[in-house]
Amino acid sequence: MSQFLQVLLSGLATGSIYALVAIGFTLVWQAAQTVNFAQGEFVMVPAFFVLVGMHVLGFPLALAVGFALLASIVVLGFVFKKLIVEPILPSGGISLIIATMALGILLRESVKEFYGAEAQPFPPLFPTDPIHVFGAVVSMQDLLNLVISLGVVILLTLFLNRTRTGRSMQAAAQNPAVAEILGVDVKRMIMYAFLINAALAALASFLITPVYLAKFSNGETLGLVAFIAAIVGGFNQIRGALVGGLLIGVLDNFVATYITAEYRAALPLILLIVIILLRPQGIMGTSEGRAV
Amino acid sequence: MTAPILSIRNISKSFGGIHAVRDVSFDVHQGEILGLIGPNGSGKSTLFNSILGQLPPDNGTVEVKGTPVTGMRASKLNRLGVGRTFQQLSVFPQMTVLENIIVAGQEHKGTLTSRLFGPPDAGLTAAADQMIEFFRLTHLRDTPAGSLSFGQQKLVDVAMAFMAGPDLVLLDEPAGGVNLTMLAHLKERLIAYNAEHGTTFVVIEHNMEFVMSLCTRIVVLAEGAIIAEGTPAEIRANQTVIDAYLGG
Amino acid sequence: MRSLLRPFLIALLLLAAIVAPIGQGNYITYVLTSWLIFSIASMGLNLTLGYAGQISLAQASFMAIGAYTTALLTLAGWHWMAALVPALLLCFVIGLVLGYPALRVKGHFLAFVTLAFNTLVFLVLRNEDWLTGGNYGLVGMPRPDFGFFSTMKQHNFYYFTLAITIVAAAIMWWIVRSPWGRAFKALRENPIRAESLGVDTRRITLLAFAIGSAYGGLAGALVTPLVQFIEPGSFAVAHSFRILLMVVVGGAGFFFGPFLGAGVVILLPEMLRFTEGYYLIIYAALVILMLVFTPKGLIGVWDLLRNRLFGKAQIRADVKQEPTLK
Repeated sequence: MSQFLQVLLSGLATGSIYALVAIGFTLVWQAAQTVNFAQGEFVMVPAFFVLVGMHVLGFPLALAVGFALLASIVVLGFVFKKLIVEPILPSGGISLIIATMALGILLRESVKEFYGAEAQPFPPLFPTDPIHVFGAVVSMQDLLNLVISLGVVILLTLFLNRTRTGRSMQAAAQNPAVAEILGVDVKRMIMYAFLINAALAALASFLITPVYLAKFSNGETLGLVAFIAAIVGGFNQIRGALVGGLLIGVLDNFVATYITAEYRAALPLILLIVIILLRPQGIMGTSEGRAV
Repeated sequence: MTAPILSIRNISKSFGGIHAVRDVSFDVHQGEILGLIGPNGSGKSTLFNSILGQLPPDNGTVEVKGTPVTGMRASKLNRLGVGRTFQQLSVFPQMTVLENIIVAGQEHKGTLTSRLFGPPDAGLTAAADQMIEFFRLTHLRDTPAGSLSFGQQKLVDVAMAFMAGPDLVLLDEPAGGVNLTMLAHLKERLIAYNAEHGTTFVVIEHNMEFVMSLCTRIVVLAEGAIIAEGTPAEIRANQTVIDAYLGG
Repeated sequence: MRSLLRPFLIALLLLAAIVAPIGQGNYITYVLTSWLIFSIASMGLNLTLGYAGQISLAQASFMAIGAYTTALLTLAGWHWMAALVPALLLCFVIGLVLGYPALRVKGHFLAFVTLAFNTLVFLVLRNEDWLTGGNYGLVGMPRPDFGFFSTMKQHNFYYFTLAITIVAAAIMWWIVRSPWGRAFKALRENPIRAESLGVDTRRITLLAFAIGSAYGGLAGALVTPLVQFIEPGSFAVAHSFRILLMVVVGGAGFFFGPFLGAGVVILLPEMLRFTEGYYLIIYAALVILMLVFTPKGLIGVWDLLRNRLFGKAQIRADVKQEPTLK
């Protein structure tokens, strides 16, 4: 029983980080019909911004994290939108799929070449001391990761539903033509989606890298997992992406612990194929917003 | 009288409490040009889609030459001898006009295997050229269909519907968005084709002038039910129809 | 004039392919052979994507299935030619099955399903040691011997591959010229209209996947005797991406596009070799630049040049401008 709880809690902790990435993914999809195949790399890179801040620029950890967040928003948000998505979007989906895959390679290889191929230790943001909950041993880090991720999701939801800018963003995503007529600056709202996506990816990076160490190849599975979380959740709702992320985190942990470690990577893939075939609108989704 | 080519029996369809079509029955006979008209929201499109098997009706049957077609896949319906055109533009934009028309004539006979192993042309180019000639599109034969004008694309669309030598063609608002000269040309070609091949047409249309001068018989729908049926002259004089159109 | 141009170009290409390895060392010949093999793989994807408009990121997994099947059978003593038959059949059938998701979803969703499939195949190859040798892969597969003609020499193997490539290209030419080819294009351009004209779009979609996958399998079956060592890493998603790139660089839906695309994608790293570790970075950047400036691939550049030089030539119907997903 205590092992079960342990596996569940650490699954939720990882899953909540997946959810952050999946939510960013969903926002960008809604705003600009862009599926970012480099999303995993977007989570890998910010950790290296932190390392650059600490080891090259000599910042203390807190400042380095702030620097990395800013750098991520500029590079993975603004520059990505302006230099890659905007010019390529008009020539269609396949071009954009290829371009973002190429971007993934570019980021991965650049980090490998300029920072090194070995896994780098990454300072934990929180104490890693184990604590005891109902007989289960859980790390403080896992618990705080879960709390922070959920907190951010709640804040983001409040922002989107309760503020003027947030509602404008939703309007721009759902019906750009009408939103434009109503005086919403649609281009700016789309840009906000990209900036928020970059910030969420950076946050996920800061939370997950202490667990996995900083390595150029970290993004390979993360991007796929985020996509699957988004699709499990229905692709057009934040709620859905959250549930999808948590579900995959937990399932992954259970499969690895109780069934097969060799095929743990296969689980999300099978889940993806089954969901697309049986319920393409996702577990929580509605059929609108699906590109069929 | 011979058996009807298209027989519609007691069709009803409602969407969430709204009765789009209510107990509609009529027959269409070989060689007729039947117009299906009615004000907006009269249920024409719902009925049209039921005939095409795309929208299963709640009640009633649709039979083409005695075969029930409800829920039938479009490709099977085509092989049964039913052609159709679309309201919106429906050509293959990057294929030439010739290719568009050839592909429309290759699928209704033979099997997948025979299409791969048989002769790649099998007289299709000649047949397509004839069809192109018939619609006076010869000068556009090798142009990608997507770069044609709206009216020209409509002609290609109709030509495609004819390529499989259908017995029945359903035309979904053929006159929509087509300029007057092109419209006269289209009408004249439809009548000529009907006279030459005896093909039956069912036309849904908003353009009264077009329907009145093209069709041999007209069925008028209003609020999901048939309110009148007769020759163009009879329909023109029918008070119920006039009231329905004037918003009675 | 146009009618003479095409046979002339084909003859020229053939001649170039025949003389290319003469006087070259083993390494260059090896690179040329991989060019042919990847041309076959991308010819298959070009049918699925370029002609029929269905994206697939799983072509490398079919190369894997073809490669492992021939490897296991030739190691068990079968002749390569005999092993080829079950390899192609297996790829055809699995490709048919992979086509089913395409009946439900398109675009990005299909891209991810096929990508997931590729990763699953990779996992199976890595984990099922008893069959596939796991991470260590399989070694020591013999090259085909035809008695009078042994392919043990690198040059001979090149000509053997060339012969197979020509046969594969001829069959592909035949398919795309047949009514099937038109049906594939009709599916790509307007599936609803195609269905209403009698095209059985379900079967045609499945066939586009199955045939494309069989070509992937053929390419894989040639990889086995070429390198005589196969491991899961050679068939990961990154390689599917490379094949997709070949199709797009060469111009999707253009018959000779795959040869051009495979040439560029294979030779570019060789040419960028002097940049050492940076070549993948430069390569990825070039891909992004190409998509920004000539989204139609290199064929698009050719069209631009031709229009500029000879005035606006007649637009080719068989050059897909860009398969749009949305």
